Amino acid sequence: MSKLLIEGVSRTFAGVRGGQPVKALMPVDLAVAANDFITILGPSGCGKSTLLRIVAGLEAPSEGRVLLDGKAVTRPGPDRGMVFQSYTLFPWLTVAENIAFGLRERGMAEKERDGIVASYVDLVGLKGFENHWPKQLSGGMQQRTAIARALANDPEILLLDEPFGALDNQTRGLMQELLLGIWERRKKTVLFVTHDIEEAIFMASRVIVMTARPGRIKSDVAIDLPHPRHYTLKTSPEFSGLKARLTEDIRAEAMRTAQAQPARA
Amino acid sequence: MRPLHPVSPGLRTVLGISFFVLFIAFWAWITLGGHVNRIFLADPLSMLRDGWRLLVEDRFWLDILITIWRVFGGFLLASVVAVPIGIAMGAWKPVEAFLEPFVSFARYLPASAFIPLLILWAGIGELEKLLVIFVGSVFQIILIIAVKVGSTRRDLVEAAYTLGSTNNSIVKRVIMPANAPEIAETLRLVLGWAWTYVIVAELIGSSSGIGYMIINSQSRLATGQIIFGIIVIGLIGLLSDFAFKAFNRWLFPWSLA
Repeated sequence: MSKLLIEGVSRTFAGVRGGQPVKALMPVDLAVAANDFITILGPSGCGKSTLLRIVAGLEAPSEGRVLLDGKAVTRPGPDRGMVFQSYTLFPWLTVAENIAFGLRERGMAEKERDGIVASYVDLVGLKGFENHWPKQLSGGMQQRTAIARALANDPEILLLDEPFGALDNQTRGLMQELLLGIWERRKKTVLFVTHDIEEAIFMASRVIVMTARPGRIKSDVAIDLPHPRHYTLKTSPEFSGLKARLTEDIRAEAMRTAQAQPARA
Repeated sequence: MRPLHPVSPGLRTVLGISFFVLFIAFWAWITLGGHVNRIFLADPLSMLRDGWRLLVEDRFWLDILITIWRVFGGFLLASVVAVPIGIAMGAWKPVEAFLEPFVSFARYLPASAFIPLLILWAGIGELEKLLVIFVGSVFQIILIIAVKVGSTRRDLVEAAYTLGSTNNSIVKRVIMPANAPEIAETLRLVLGWAWTYVIVAELIGSSSGIGYMIINSQSRLATGQIIFGIIVIGLIGLLSDFAFKAFNRWLFPWSLA
């Protein structure tokens, strides 16, 4: 049985000031197996973030439904951990308190929390920064904390919405390896939204390419590159082949978006 | 001068103090130099002399204490009522829809115009003074806090939901801590306005307090005393503002880190 089932999910936004309603997402069907790492790749504004937010329960689909372990998603919950592109650490809590947030909401005793928090601080390499405020951290460290915060809740599925989009290239590469390393060791079902082709291939066991708005699934590419993956993989011939193929796919969509722009304005 | 270019701390202090010096020098020049009639404006030296006599002989410090108590009493009363209402309005939109039109209207009712009515209701005792400050502050605090709370970062709220927060814990664990520094800043601002209300309240139907001393001095043309009273208000306001700021900084280190 699939871990996550997306059945005919679409999203239409009401028109602005009496305008035409905007179709952001055409009906999408997707089945995600347990412990799969899926990246959703698409041009800006293709509705990939909307799809992720629907899975998270932060937005309701206009049609269709999302099932997690056979249960319909109706609202956000701790079984679907999320990492956002914007820095969403709670600024009034320290790194350790941020990571403990979900455990505290669950009513877990402080003693028990401390052990779990320490292990996740260690996992994302933030030892020594437990008592820092988010403002004192770099962007990469903030996102590492956000990943730890989502994982500490032990969610059924981890949702990531362009989590490294605001980071510089070098930091992004390191973060990819960190997240992939965690996944290789701990196994978790992951849905990862990105517009970066290299990132999509490097992280994924399966890449879902989406079309320009209104978004729908254009192709579904299995990535059979071996694990554990090392950054040198990005320069291998197999990787280049996949990259060439996906670049072609995504380029066509990006061009469609670019052409559609004046018509919408 | 380059626009927006920061000034060094030393120069900042010197510039800040030099305006005070210039101001007092100008005051001394027009009064001691005989450019204005002394009946209408006392010079700085007789102001200090009058002030000293007030403090030593007329027990003016008792008036100062009474005024301080009225400001903080009325302000505390207003805060206790207004902060929860403001948070509730910001967090729950039906509450806002219910109260916002009335509070917006009430905000423009001048507190000073309520004084005759409040005297009829509460007499000229302490309660009336507290009520003037309460009426002047409460609606302001409610509205400002409601707006701040209403603009809580939505992504933080969403993050909390995905971590398992319920509706109530969103208010308790996200909305309230996220806005606590802004709420404290709002209170600091409104405390400054409360000083204006208390003096107005003391000018009318009062037998104690800094405002009473001022109106009393007017009938005796004691302008030195009046100016001394005004300066005392300014100094206390400055001190309380300074203390409030330091307290906020101590309370919310994360917002400045």
